[in-house]
Amino acid sequence: MTKSDTPMGTKGLSRRAVLAGGAALTASLFAPKGLRAQDFPTAAVNTTGLAVTDDTVTIGILHSVTGTMAISETGSVQAEKLAIEQINAQGGILGRKIEYVQEDGGSDWPTFAEKAKKLLVQDKVASVMGCWTSASRKAVLPVFEQYNGMLYYPTFYEGLEESPNVIYTGQEATQQIIAGLDWVNKTKGAKSFYLLGSDYIWPRTSNKIARKHIENFMDGCKVVGEDYYPLGHTQFNSVINKIRLKKPDVIYAIVVGGSNVAFYKQLKAAGIDMTKEDPILLTISVTEDEIRGIGGENIDGAYACMKYFQSLDNPNNAEFVTAFKEMWGDDIVIGDVTQAAYLGPWLWKAAVEKAGSFDVDKVREASPGIELPTAPEGYVKIHENHHLWSKTRVGHAKADGQYEVVYETAELVEPDPFPEGYQ
Amino acid sequence: MNTTSFKQSFLTPRDMIGYALLAAVIFVIFPLLLEPFRLNLFGKYLTYAFVAVGLVLCWGVGGILSLGQGVFFGLGGYCMAMFLKLEASSPENTAIQSTPGIPDFMDWNQLSALPWWWEPFSSFGFTLFAVIAVPVAFSYIIGVAMFRRRVGGVYFAIITQAIAAILTILIIGQQGFTGGVNGITDLRTLHGWDIRTDSAKTLLYFVNGTLLFAVLLAAQFVRRSKLGRLLIAMRDQEDRVRFSGYDVANFKIFVFCLGAAFAAIGGAMFTLQVGFMSPSFVGIVPSIEMVIFAAVGGRLSILGAVWGTLLVNWAKTTLSESFPELWLLGLGALFIAVVMAFPNGLAGVWAEQVEPRLMKLLRRDSKAAAQTTPAE
Repeated sequence: MTKSDTPMGTKGLSRRAVLAGGAALTASLFAPKGLRAQDFPTAAVNTTGLAVTDDTVTIGILHSVTGTMAISETGSVQAEKLAIEQINAQGGILGRKIEYVQEDGGSDWPTFAEKAKKLLVQDKVASVMGCWTSASRKAVLPVFEQYNGMLYYPTFYEGLEESPNVIYTGQEATQQIIAGLDWVNKTKGAKSFYLLGSDYIWPRTSNKIARKHIENFMDGCKVVGEDYYPLGHTQFNSVINKIRLKKPDVIYAIVVGGSNVAFYKQLKAAGIDMTKEDPILLTISVTEDEIRGIGGENIDGAYACMKYFQSLDNPNNAEFVTAFKEMWGDDIVIGDVTQAAYLGPWLWKAAVEKAGSFDVDKVREASPGIELPTAPEGYVKIHENHHLWSKTRVGHAKADGQYEVVYETAELVEPDPFPEGYQ
Repeated sequence: MNTTSFKQSFLTPRDMIGYALLAAVIFVIFPLLLEPFRLNLFGKYLTYAFVAVGLVLCWGVGGILSLGQGVFFGLGGYCMAMFLKLEASSPENTAIQSTPGIPDFMDWNQLSALPWWWEPFSSFGFTLFAVIAVPVAFSYIIGVAMFRRRVGGVYFAIITQAIAAILTILIIGQQGFTGGVNGITDLRTLHGWDIRTDSAKTLLYFVNGTLLFAVLLAAQFVRRSKLGRLLIAMRDQEDRVRFSGYDVANFKIFVFCLGAAFAAIGGAMFTLQVGFMSPSFVGIVPSIEMVIFAAVGGRLSILGAVWGTLLVNWAKTTLSESFPELWLLGLGALFIAVVMAFPNGLAGVWAEQVEPRLMKLLRRDSKAAAQTTPAE
């Protein structure tokens, strides 16, 4: 099956047509034609008492829709609901419609743990799409392992984890970092790097990997500075002065959340024009969602290393973007994590159908090797270690708040959550 | 309030009714009606009640408004979490790390040895001591620094709030030693006893309830002692108490430390029942939330604090489960309704509406009922 089977030129198509197109494609890819619930008796596909009836299956959605993280996580909720609606429109999973119970993590990690437990113990959901920050994932992880749930986690994160109860649909750190550093070194001739980040586990671990890669694997390259600032920090003038003093070729920025707004505005105010690429700004923490807060004109010229950009030019993505806007409004933007969240329900569907069962143990067993050629980012595949094989891409920020894709790896990058030589 | 009858017994018959009712609800009704998951959730709520009871003494009785009680809740919880984390980080459990045998977050932050101040927390005895001692010592230092200089009222509230903010930043910034924003997670066993099973959670619930009653009775004792009457006197006329020859600061320091100790017990029980601790309990927002629990319950009433905590948290959970995107508005409406309709909180409702009718029914010993005091 190749991409040419995907309906092309979705512009002007109604949502129903798009859904039907996706349905036809996906059904032909994964499922024996015409899955009907009566072919899969509930007693056989659900031996562990999950919320599966003769015509429905219930899953959980667990993100923050209130609090500081709501701005980031709302996109993931929207993507998951879109995927669920599309799957239902083409007949559901094993002939059963997906219903969901949505819970609010409230940007508060303990609340995530409470709600995760509620979803698994009381609602007995068959799987959960959820979490965003590492802290929320760490909070729910013991719950998922104790009650044997299955979590589809969408965010790019620091790695160093491989839980049997989580499918990581975002990139672990090496997938996001290494190819981008090699690219900036080869095509831009960059030799010296200034590492910068918000002070918590993901930026620190990512910069650790970046530093090891720069020092051990990139000839003649060096790190000239490394600094961290608390989450929510808004005064970057001192570090900007330090950067001017050290004159690095690249500012490698992993600033997170609201701090981004201050950081990029102050960079611009300090006269660092990113379009002149002196120094080059390379980030792994700014998606299209964040640019809405920062303002396109303030980050024009920066490079970001992600696996997905909204501007990605392929038929899957054209269809996805159209459907997304149809459901959630035209002015919406789609960032890397939103796309990864969209993959969750589809990957789960594929695993359930391969296993012929909703049982978590069987879904887990079936998961490695699951392929998703319809992913907006292009073909992805689940690795033995529960992460996805996916490509790394570099985008060039434009003043209109979109990225132009300037580079992508030729091959899928293998996920490696415990990278040798980077610890 | 108790200005005319100094010789009030420790527990009046009316108090007995209140305590018996609460005991029946906590020890009989909840365990019978609730499934293990919900019971554990109520156990979590009750850990906040420890803080609220301390706030009734400090704020309602003593007039010292602390907006930083989360600090003591957090310190107690962290002490317990450190012990549990060390037990969960045995070399076998952490074989995958660069340095096996240390907590996972230290390994992620490139630490290669356990910091010296973590070492004593491998002893359970020391941990139990530290759960109380660390927050009490900290509150003593704050108390001495503030009350000896006669800092009080709004200034004190603002300073406690600043301390809560500072401690949060400290914990988050020192993530190699504290787990940072993530907190200390994945706590499993207490001396080999798996605290994650339903039976363990149920047992912990009862331990928690028993401790809460011990704290309630201690608070009741303070409230009814001479100390309690002095606190009220200080709240209403601090100068007169001072001119009568009492060292006002010492009483304030004592009641502040007592509130901290209560909060710390709650924090430790929270860690045991929920299985982790994070800086989100230390900061300003949770500290203020805990003041709200006490306010909804009625800030003068020890038992009211427990009911207030239960009501607010139950509403929070129920509203957010039913309306994941609008629940905050519902909770806000609840607060406004309580303040507008019942300025004395739940305890006021009890004292003004329920109790007089109850008394009419029971009417035997009318002597004690002659005086109207808020329910305790």
